[in-house]
This record gives sequence, C-alpha cells and structure tokens, in this order.
Amino acid sequence: MKNLGNGTVVFDKRPSVLSFSAVVGKKEGDGPYGKYFDEVEEDAYFGQETWEKAESENLRRSVGLTLKKGGFKAEDIDFSLSGDLLNQCTSSGYALRSLGIPFLGIYGACSTMAESMLLGSLILGGGGGKRILCATSSNFCSAEKQFRTPLEYGGQRTPNAQWTVTGSGSVVLGHEGDGPFIDCVTCGKIVDMGIKDIGNMGAAMAPAFTDTIKKHFDATGRDFSYYDLVISGDLGLIGKSIAEELFQRDKIDTLGKYNDCGALIFDKKTQDTHAGGSGCGCAASMLCGYILPEMRKGNLRRVLFAATGALMSPTSTMQGESIPSISHAISLEA
Amino acid sequence: MLTQKEYQKIVDKHSGKSPIIKDTLRAFFVGGLICTLGEIFRKTYLSAGLGKDMAGSATAITLIFIASVLTAFGIFDRIGKYAGAGTLVPITGFSNAVTSPAMEFKSEGMVPGTATKIFTVAGPVIVYGTLSSVIAGIIYILFMR
Repeated sequence: MKNLGNGTVVFDKRPSVLSFSAVVGKKEGDGPYGKYFDEVEEDAYFGQETWEKAESENLRRSVGLTLKKGGFKAEDIDFSLSGDLLNQCTSSGYALRSLGIPFLGIYGACSTMAESMLLGSLILGGGGGKRILCATSSNFCSAEKQFRTPLEYGGQRTPNAQWTVTGSGSVVLGHEGDGPFIDCVTCGKIVDMGIKDIGNMGAAMAPAFTDTIKKHFDATGRDFSYYDLVISGDLGLIGKSIAEELFQRDKIDTLGKYNDCGALIFDKKTQDTHAGGSGCGCAASMLCGYILPEMRKGNLRRVLFAATGALMSPTSTMQGESIPSISHAISLEA
Repeated sequence: MLTQKEYQKIVDKHSGKSPIIKDTLRAFFVGGLICTLGEIFRKTYLSAGLGKDMAGSATAITLIFIASVLTAFGIFDRIGKYAGAGTLVPITGFSNAVTSPAMEFKSEGMVPGTATKIFTVAGPVIVYGTLSSVIAGIIYILFMR
C-alpha cells in the first residue's frame, strides 16, 4: 500500500469485503429500503429489557449473521473493530464480549462504519491479519435518551432534526474472495464551521464530507465521473442540499451521482422523520443492506462511501461548543 | 476559503423553519382546551363544597394526575407533538416533564435512575420558580404591605 498524501492510502493488494449483513428495526424495515435488509426486528426492545441492551443485541445479531453468511467462526477473525454512540461504546463492548475476538473499540460517531473499514483495511494492507470484522450500531431510543429528551417527553421536533436509525451493519474484510474490493481509503480531518445547533447535524457535518471528497479527488486524480455513486453517511435532506451547494461553489460537478444514506433510508412524507435518518446504523445498514449487495449483483461498479460523524457530546453542547465533524471515505470496486 | 459567517448563510438558506402560525394556533386551541377542562374541574369541586383555594389545588392535582397517566401510557407525547406549547405551558407539561424521565431512567434503578433523574427536565422550573417566588415575596414585604 502507498500513502498518496491528503490522508489517502491506495492498496496494491486490495482488501475484499468477504461477508456483510444489516439488521434493523421496524421503522427502517417500513422505509423505502426495508426489503434490502437481512433482518427486520419488529420488537423495539429486541427481546431485551433496556434500550442499551436492545442496541447491543442488534449489533450482536448483525455480527453473528455476517460471520454465518461468510461461513466464519469467531476464531477465523484476527481483529474486531467496532464502535457506537453510547457512552464508552458499550453497545460494541457487550455485543462482542462473548466472541473472544481481539477487540478494538473505536469512536467516530456516525462515521464509525467508514472508520472501522478504513482501519481494518490498513491492518490487512500492513499484513497485520487475514480477516477483520468491522461493525457499528445505533438505536433511536438509546440515542434519544443519551443525547436529547426522554422518549415520552411531549415536545416538538424541529424541521431540521434527524431520526436516529435503529440498525446495525457489519462486514468481514479479508484478502481472498470476489469482492467488492477496497482499492483506496481517505481519512478525513476534523472540520468545524461553527455550527452549534444540535438540531441541525447535517449542517454541521456537510463541510467535513465535502472536504474529505475533495481531498480524495485531489490525491487520486479522480472526480465524480469515476464513480457510479458517491454517498455520504447521514447528512440527511438538509445536509445533502448544503453539500450539493458546497460542491457547486467549488465548481465540482456531481453529475447527479451524489446521494446520502440518511436522505434515502426513510420516507419523509409517510414516516415523519423530518430531515431524514442519522446515527452509526444509518450509513452501516445502507452499506451492508443495499450498496454492497448491489455491487455484488453488478448494478453498481464503483462506489465512494463516506460516512459522516459529529464529534460533540451533550456536555460540550451545554458548554456552548460548536460541533466538530468528520468524514472518512472508502472507495469500493466490484 | 469559506468563512463561518458565509457558511451560516448557506445553512440558513437550506434549513427549514418551524411553522410558527400553525404551531401557535394549535397551541392556542389545545392550551385553551386544557384550561377549559381545568375550569370545569374547578367549578365541579366548588359545587361539591370545596373552598376556593382547595378547589384550585384539587384542579391542579387532577390535571397533573391525568397528564402523568397519559404519559405512562405513551399518549401524552403524541398530544405534545401536535400541540407544542399548548400542552407544555399548562401544569400538564410540568407533569409530563417529571413523569417521562422517571420512566426513562427506571432501567438504572429506583435510586440512581428514577429518583436521581426525575427532575432532569423540570428541575430548572422548580429552582427558578422557587427563586422568583422568594424575590417576589421580598418585594411584597418591602414595598407593598
């Protein structure tokens, strides 16, 4: 592998996505992409007693299914990389504790799926292992509880608010297999344009996304014409339209190939989700449920997947801090 | 390079605005309805022989109870989503603000969860409500008695 600068690493031996799965909640199952997900759980609690356990169970099921689909046992995996939104990444810790796979907990907020795949492919590229498990999850109820108000609180959501996806996605990366392949990755830098409104996360994250895409294009010499789809993680409808304007200002033609997982996963009109989906599980479930299967089928050949994360906490928000944001890009080839 | 001010302008252009007229009308009607309901309770208590002060307290207790039960059954947040300030401003909003965290944090136990977190939403109302009544009381004693 070779570092091209701008946080971009290109692989001569491309890591392959060996197996993947997406397990989501009922609302996601009712959405426009519901039929693509491997499993849709009707029970909001996933058969558990608390929202935190529900999220962890969701992640555990996705990981189990990904291993099963690939025909892997836990001992076939060299490292697991996983993170989530809950304090101290407990969803991941509890979900993976029984598997006995060497574990690295990571935090990239909603960019976690891309971050885990980026790190996983670097480990593979550096010869550090043969198979890496990358996973993440989010849960509407546990996220509301931690970041906003209690579920039964009778408040109104602002028009720019997004709906945290209940869902989990996981992949196993390795060297064998028929792909899709990761040919190159771009690690984003933290971008903060001074947005303080936690009810408008898309606006906070959009500049981080466009920055990473520009750096990726600069380093590789590519542009939108190279890809069939360039997709951000959870900018939502507002963040997506802001990102489009930012590309326009930089005279970058998206050629109609840009989209956003958060803008796609729900139907705004019938599902009352305001500005669209968000959360680690948003980008992860769309990648593992829709994008990767479409690449296997040959409907998509080259995809630039760039999950986006907002790196604030409830405490930093209350202290009046703006929202630092990040986006990492994974270039996938069928 | 885009400055933060220029970026804020782009954000404002793309962001949605709350439908203030619709929200205000809904708040007015639902809030008014709750107050009318309160008045019915008050008149009923008065006619049942309660004194003026007692009837007022009994009315507040009744509304708090109803809002709390509706919260427990997962109905209040739907009304609140429709009515906004209409349910938030009357005492029903206070009741919901206490009941909802009590339910939410039950999973952390009755002491570290429910009891500790019960005032996370309504706490400021109690603190500053008490403080302002103290100030009002001092003003009354000094200048108006």
